Amino acid sequence: MRKNWWKLLSVALLVYAFVGGLLLPVPARPIVNESIRNLYYHVPMWFGMMVIMTVSVVNAVRYLRTSNLVYDIYSAKYGTTGMLLGILGLVTGAIWANYTWGAPWSNDIKQILAAIALLIYMAYFVLRSSIDDLDKKARVSAVYNIFAYTMLFPTLFILPRLYESLHPGGEGNPAINQNDIDPIMRVVFWPAVLGWTLLAVWITTLFIRIQKIYDKNILHA
Amino acid sequence: MHKYITRWFLSFVALAICTVVFAQQPNPPVEMADTMRSNGKIFVVVAVIVTLFTGIIVYLVSLDRKISRLEKEAGKD
Repeated sequence: MRKNWWKLLSVALLVYAFVGGLLLPVPARPIVNESIRNLYYHVPMWFGMMVIMTVSVVNAVRYLRTSNLVYDIYSAKYGTTGMLLGILGLVTGAIWANYTWGAPWSNDIKQILAAIALLIYMAYFVLRSSIDDLDKKARVSAVYNIFAYTMLFPTLFILPRLYESLHPGGEGNPAINQNDIDPIMRVVFWPAVLGWTLLAVWITTLFIRIQKIYDKNILHA
Repeated sequence: MHKYITRWFLSFVALAICTVVFAQQPNPPVEMADTMRSNGKIFVVVAVIVTLFTGIIVYLVSLDRKISRLEKEAGKD
């Protein structure tokens, strides 16, 4: 149990994010109105995805350095969870957009580029499933993982700042900038980010452990 | 003279309070979900979400335990 304290922390932070996120006061802004609370739920998906994808690429590099298949399992499973967070971020964004921008998809620069980033990661899983040889699969997908991770930077960070977006905060660092997020919202937002990220890590460790049981003969060979 | 200063000071304070109040009421006022909040029904929503989340976490914990058991069994042979 002592090793599992972070799971408890994740649950506590998320319960706080649900209760505080719905009950604490938020600034009254036109257009978004009460839906401003989506900041606590939609945005942590993307923050969480970035953290999880970083863990994934670090393990890809570790695999390339050591050729230990355990790191390939880590890398792939974190990639899957990161993908899940990204898809949830895109879907929740579309729901939010439907009621604030008038349409679920308005070809906003961030919507398009986020979709492209996810498609690049989707190719990672297609690539993985197309190679039978375990070592070759691990090596090729680790290299591709590095490429896909690198592509997150232009698609999610650089290009959106060069074009006008319907998303707020495009002039600086959205959601981090002191000026475009009300202090009262940061009290819930950051715990929510940490809570969702830890929950994603927890779910990923379950997948990793199952895969390790499946592959125990290969791993110990 | 002293009385005048107090009077001026008090009216200044009153004015300052006015600006604070105005700052909280944007013009035109933005409509928020105040009905849900005023009659307390928002708590119902919070209760539902927390219950759902508890269910999911209980499920996740049981999965976690089951996998731990499998790991032990896999470690034996």
